[in-house]
Amino acid sequence: MSKKKAVIRSDMTKAQWTWKEIKRNKVAYFMVAPYMIIFTLFTVIPVLLSIVVSFTDFNLLEVPDFVFLDNYIRLFLDDDIFVIACKNTLIFAIIVGPASYLMSLLVAWFINELPPKIRAAVTLVFYSPSISGQVYLIWGTLFSSDSYGWVNGTLLNLGLITKEIHWFKDASYVMPLCIVVAIWTSLGTSFLSFIAGLQGIDHSMYEAGAVDGVKNRWQELWYITLPSMRPQLMFGAIMSITAAFGFGGVVTDLAGFPSVDYAAHTIMHHLDDYGGIRFEVGYSSAIAVVLFAIMIGSNMLVKKMLSKVGS
Amino acid sequence: MSRKLRTRNHKVVLNRSAGGDTGITIVLTLLGAFMFLPMLYVVLQSLKPLDELWMFPPRFIVRHPTFKNYRDLFTLMNTSWVPFSRYIFNTVFTSVVGTCGNLFFSSLAAYAMAKIKFPGGKTMFKTVRTSLMFHSTVTAITSFIIMSALHWVDTYWAIIVPAWATSLGLYLMKQFMETNVSDAVLESARLDGASELRTFWVIAMPMVKPAWLTLIIYSFQDLWKKGSSIYIHSEQLKSFNYAIGQIMAGGIKRAGAHAASMVIMMLVPIMVFVISQSNVIETMGSSGMKD
Repeated sequence: MSKKKAVIRSDMTKAQWTWKEIKRNKVAYFMVAPYMIIFTLFTVIPVLLSIVVSFTDFNLLEVPDFVFLDNYIRLFLDDDIFVIACKNTLIFAIIVGPASYLMSLLVAWFINELPPKIRAAVTLVFYSPSISGQVYLIWGTLFSSDSYGWVNGTLLNLGLITKEIHWFKDASYVMPLCIVVAIWTSLGTSFLSFIAGLQGIDHSMYEAGAVDGVKNRWQELWYITLPSMRPQLMFGAIMSITAAFGFGGVVTDLAGFPSVDYAAHTIMHHLDDYGGIRFEVGYSSAIAVVLFAIMIGSNMLVKKMLSKVGS
Repeated sequence: MSRKLRTRNHKVVLNRSAGGDTGITIVLTLLGAFMFLPMLYVVLQSLKPLDELWMFPPRFIVRHPTFKNYRDLFTLMNTSWVPFSRYIFNTVFTSVVGTCGNLFFSSLAAYAMAKIKFPGGKTMFKTVRTSLMFHSTVTAITSFIIMSALHWVDTYWAIIVPAWATSLGLYLMKQFMETNVSDAVLESARLDGASELRTFWVIAMPMVKPAWLTLIIYSFQDLWKKGSSIYIHSEQLKSFNYAIGQIMAGGIKRAGAHAASMVIMMLVPIMVFVISQSNVIETMGSSGMKD
């Protein structure tokens, strides 16, 4: 195969040149084809389809009716539970996202200077809850609503409470508890990315920093460490935010569906309710589009903020 | 001046105060306890005999450890309506086939995007990267429409094929190839007349083994923890994780068996991670996002 560079010649238009490049790199298209076909089919088309379907009334059986903005109007003006869901989702994301992100960063930074063996062990301790599947159900056992649950039992025994607290079945406790569990399972991909980012920093940068008058480890963190690992901070932020919006399953498994008084009802549950249970596909697509916009929007916002680190 | 020179000559750890070290140790210990104690409790619960599981006041530590819960779990498994081995087969089969496909297709595409300049390549990568920003539940309902159009509902394909093209897999692989596969080596292989596919398979792939492992682990963990899915209705096709959920639904007597099942469920991904930790961290070194 000839690998001569195609140069833009004056007698070629841009379109002709592009076409020539495409033909020259045929093999590249064959290589990306299987991945891109599957990706398009199960990621790109579903997003586009959601947007289209969100303007219709569709129940999977009958032909969809075009209803323009009706679904969105109903969603924002007529659906009280959606408003609760929005509020809960935002509270959830605003606490879990940054908490998990900062905890990942802090722990990664703390353990960075430990000897490799110890570092590997600590990494395992912090990382394993996020990979152990439904192991978070143990929180349901610890905080079970009868007196055999460890927390209730201990509190009763110490005389701090006189009656069992119904933790995951009590509207005032369920949300904070779910947030704690979500944080517990959230030290995942971004955590590993931070560990790797810290390991990759050239040690001579710190020595140069010390000469230039960096006084303590906090200054070192802000002026040297964080700016050097900005690409990882970016990637970690995206992973943390996306995960922070995806904890619906944890809530359902621990608090049931729907949660007591909708106290831990998130947009994701609302989506499940209308899409998976009531088959109002048009309406649930509108919910999905809103959630999609919130996710992309918050990612963009955080990317902007992170570009200011260390400056 | 002399202090600065000294720090330059001896590669000592700089700017560390004892107070800071103590503070960090305390915070790290507290956070570590928060992460570790619930995991430990799972293991302890699985070793408790029935009277210790339901005693008041409850104790954190097990007094008379027993493996009875594990025996109960296996008895339960043998008496379930669908043989338990079938659930295990479903999860292992979808995890293995899904992971192998993901490794192959993502690497192939990642290689082309990282090492061949072709019109549209950058746009494709940017699209995949953007998809990291949203959770797949957003598209669950419309994906269901596509699955039913393909007649894949209630088949293994509904689980396996989407797993062949994960955004994170392609992203990590492409970033790692970009930094760890040298263009010069590829170029000389091409000059020797190796086809692009051969260059990919024989030259590039062996150079990115840490990334393979990382991709395998992520993909495997994802598939391994799949519970009930909206695509699967038949009992015979449901996953191990789903079946374990059913054990818990059995009530008080099953509490011990359930704890035992959780231990088994968490053991597999943790062991996989222990074996591959250093490779995963190495891959994450190039995970950064520049713009």
